[in-house]
Amino acid sequence: MLAFNFFGATEGGLFDINATLPLMAIQVVALTYILNSLFFKPVGNVVEKREKFVSNNIIEAKNKLSEVKKLEADLLTQLQSARTEAQKIVSEAENESDKLYKEALELANNEANASKEKARLEIESQTSAARDQLSKQADDLSELIVNRLILEK
Amino acid sequence: MFFNSLLTNFAALEVGQHLYWQIGNIRLHGQVFLTSWILLGALLVFISLGTKKMENDPKGLQNLLEFLWDYIRDLARTQIGEKVYRDWMPFIGTLFLFVFVSNWGGALIPWRLIKLPSGELGAPTADINTTIALALLVSLSYFYAGLSNKGWRYFEYYVHPTPIMLPFKILEDFTKPLSLSFRLFGNILADELVVGVLVFLVPLILPIPVMFLGLFTSAIQALIFATLAAYYIGEAVEEHH
Repeated sequence: MLAFNFFGATEGGLFDINATLPLMAIQVVALTYILNSLFFKPVGNVVEKREKFVSNNIIEAKNKLSEVKKLEADLLTQLQSARTEAQKIVSEAENESDKLYKEALELANNEANASKEKARLEIESQTSAARDQLSKQADDLSELIVNRLILEK
Repeated sequence: MFFNSLLTNFAALEVGQHLYWQIGNIRLHGQVFLTSWILLGALLVFISLGTKKMENDPKGLQNLLEFLWDYIRDLARTQIGEKVYRDWMPFIGTLFLFVFVSNWGGALIPWRLIKLPSGELGAPTADINTTIALALLVSLSYFYAGLSNKGWRYFEYYVHPTPIMLPFKILEDFTKPLSLSFRLFGNILADELVVGVLVFLVPLILPIPVMFLGLFTSAIQALIFATLAAYYIGEAVEEHH
């Protein structure tokens, strides 16, 4: 039935519309199905899979970043509290040592004062004893001098 | 027809002559099918080579095909809308690729070197049958898109925003395929004629810029055809609020 007529009559013209039209339409529809299964579907699958992969990774990275930021803030508050704690401990220790120092100083002062007082009293008693002895010796000496003067007469 | 015979004899160019194939009692323009089979065959070979080994890290041809796919998706998505563009992307893409390959194939391959008993090989889109076939497919598609998406509510589009629009919208259904088919047909045929006349008159250098202009026009026409087809489908599925 396929009687190709390559040497057909040269009728026609620019606007010669014939069975070429529906056949070309069928050909384009067939081409649509062929290209869909050969080109649009496979390429679309690959591209969309990659787009999904990329967007998933971006979301994951964003989640991780926010987690890191949260942890960072957490650490910062911990650091802050640790720092205030340390400050408190240091100031407490300073107060304590200050107090101890003052106590020790007071104790030492008292002791020193007591021993100074004792020494002063001792010195005083010795001084008076020595003065008593001296005055006694002076009395003895004067008596001796008087006796001798009287005896010579 | 006087007009046709005038064109036929102009500058020894063969215009409006066809290579007729007779199958039973239907007659076909053989040259249109011959060139379209060669060009579509090349396109399919190209695509098969590019999609043979698909990888996650695209290389070589796959890159090009993915770029093309992305381009077509953007075209379909911007015109048709996020909701249904997936259904129509293969059709829009096929229109784009078919028209583009036909236009460029017609302009780039020196078909004239192949002698036919009657008529001559050229861009399949320079034949009115091809462009009307494409335009009617677009018309059917947008009707189908509108009816399948919105049912009978599709016809609200005709009285939107006011019933005064009804005659114009009905007229549009006829002017859309008419303008689609004649725009493509006219541009490609005119380009072939201009190049043909210039080659005949001044066979050196002068036709080259016109050939480049022809390549530009060919690409633009493919883009326009696909964009308008997508726009019509988008218009049909759009929800009015």
